[in-house]
Amino acid sequence: MKLRATSEDRVTQIVLIGLALAFLAFFLLLPLVAVFSEALAQGVGPFMDAVHTPDALAAIRLTLIIAAISVPLNVVFGIAASWAITKFQFPGKSLLITLIDLPFSVSPVVSGLIFVLLFGANGLIGPWLAAHDLKIIFAVPGIVLATVFITFPFVARELIPLMMEQGKDDEEAALSLGASGWQTFWHVTLPNIRWGLLYGVLLCNARAMGEFGAVSVVSGHIRGETNTMPLHVEILYNEYDFVGAFAVASLLALLALVTLVAKSVLEWRFDLHSGASH
Amino acid sequence: MISVRNITKRFGSYAALHGIDLDIEPGEFIALLGPSGSGKTTLLRIIAGLEFQDSGQVLFDGNDVSGLKVADRHVGFVFQQYALFRHMTVAENVAFGLQVKKRRDRPARAAIRDRAEELLRLVQLEGLGGRYPGQLSGGQRQRVALARALAIEPELLLLDEPFGALDAKVRKDLRRWLRDLHKQMGLTSIFVTHDQEEALELADRVVVMDHGKIEQVGTPEEIYMNPATPFVSHFVGETNRMAGQSGEVHFRPHDVDVVGEGGEAVLVDNVFRKGGVWRVEGALVETSLFVEIDLDAALPQPRPGETIRIVPRRSRLFNPEGGQA
Repeated sequence: MKLRATSEDRVTQIVLIGLALAFLAFFLLLPLVAVFSEALAQGVGPFMDAVHTPDALAAIRLTLIIAAISVPLNVVFGIAASWAITKFQFPGKSLLITLIDLPFSVSPVVSGLIFVLLFGANGLIGPWLAAHDLKIIFAVPGIVLATVFITFPFVARELIPLMMEQGKDDEEAALSLGASGWQTFWHVTLPNIRWGLLYGVLLCNARAMGEFGAVSVVSGHIRGETNTMPLHVEILYNEYDFVGAFAVASLLALLALVTLVAKSVLEWRFDLHSGASH
Repeated sequence: MISVRNITKRFGSYAALHGIDLDIEPGEFIALLGPSGSGKTTLLRIIAGLEFQDSGQVLFDGNDVSGLKVADRHVGFVFQQYALFRHMTVAENVAFGLQVKKRRDRPARAAIRDRAEELLRLVQLEGLGGRYPGQLSGGQRQRVALARALAIEPELLLLDEPFGALDAKVRKDLRRWLRDLHKQMGLTSIFVTHDQEEALELADRVVVMDHGKIEQVGTPEEIYMNPATPFVSHFVGETNRMAGQSGEVHFRPHDVDVVGEGGEAVLVDNVFRKGGVWRVEGALVETSLFVEIDLDAALPQPRPGETIRIVPRRSRLFNPEGGQA
């Protein structure tokens, strides 16, 4: 047997690897398998029927709409915040960095409540909204707001370290060559961050579609109107419609799997790319 | 002519530059030489318009450009880490400054391509236009960066530690090459360096800086032979110190004669061959100050433990206030 500085007892190795695998199997693989097997427990027919109910279709549509609005918003906010933080010096910068993480550190339910307290009927500007016939809480705008808030950190947190590492030299070079700010962003900054950005978008999208807590508080659970997929799953489950619940849940799980694969592909491309350029 | 008038700059509580005045003649090759933190890069970036002074002026041919941004100053800037656009080919990098011009000022596509090729020929990278920066060596990348800066036909070329990221051999080649290129083009150029050898070899005039102030401006010959301050004497070339009657005596290792009697006694600690001379390291017996001396290698090699007596052939006296006596 070869001796190495890091060599462990073979038994220790096997035990550690076995523990990790068992943990993964129990907490990740098993639930995933359960979701799909429950969804397909009564065959493909009932599965398709469950997904094709008007309420399920409405939930899927709403979820896609929410993601389609909140992801682009957070791309813009995320790039703007990362740009400001990494390319400029200003007072309150570290406060801004801390604030970006706030949605991660606050319970999603609290995040949802914040918006109810702001825009709800008894909220800060609720009466004004009611007077102008604007509905935010228990309506789509509220769900969008909550989702944007929850998913804000994904893009920014992906970009800040990346842009910090890249520094300002490329941008300064572009400016010194006569490029405008917009040209510099479009031709220099964006290509430099594109893989990191895509990665952030992917994570942001997965969370936007999957968010439960905050959305649950602001949505009002109106079937066919303000129910997103996660909320719909809960309702079906509470009504003992297990096939229906797991069918919709399996769609969400599928999204997670697609995201994981895309993420791995991106990581691979990303490494390859940065490896070739340094 | 480039003129810098009484420039000051602070970063928070740290004074990076205080009261810098400098005139640069057309076609000159100027080195800003100093240790890190001397303010040399800040001065370069202020001249470029990448940084802005707190007070004072920058004049290009008598025009105050202090308020102009880098894009409007027509300067070429070369970065220490090249700052090439990694997702663009070499040719696209070089053409960038022409591509981003407003439509009415922008040359035709074919003209841009020809210009990029011409510049790549100038920096001896013909045929590499299709490569990506990641596929080039450090020296090649720096030449691409130079070609890219020259594409906009700048009136002034600014180089921030242009050889800093290169290994010794490449650095030396590129240095010689840059000097020739400057002779050939006659473009007014300023480069920042902490390497005194580089400054003395390349520059028409050297600006020695320390702690945000200019210590001395002069030709390499003046700087080396007549350092104005103890700092310059120490920083440029090797210098030994010795106590004199009214201050500190500085002398170069090669400006020393060995004598039979009189002079200063030096206890030899270590001796090795340094090219054509013996490099003797030792301590002055009287003050135990460390000295380095170069002796003709035709003389017998001194032994460690021996005592030799030396007389500086040429020295400079600095009074305790730091000025020259």
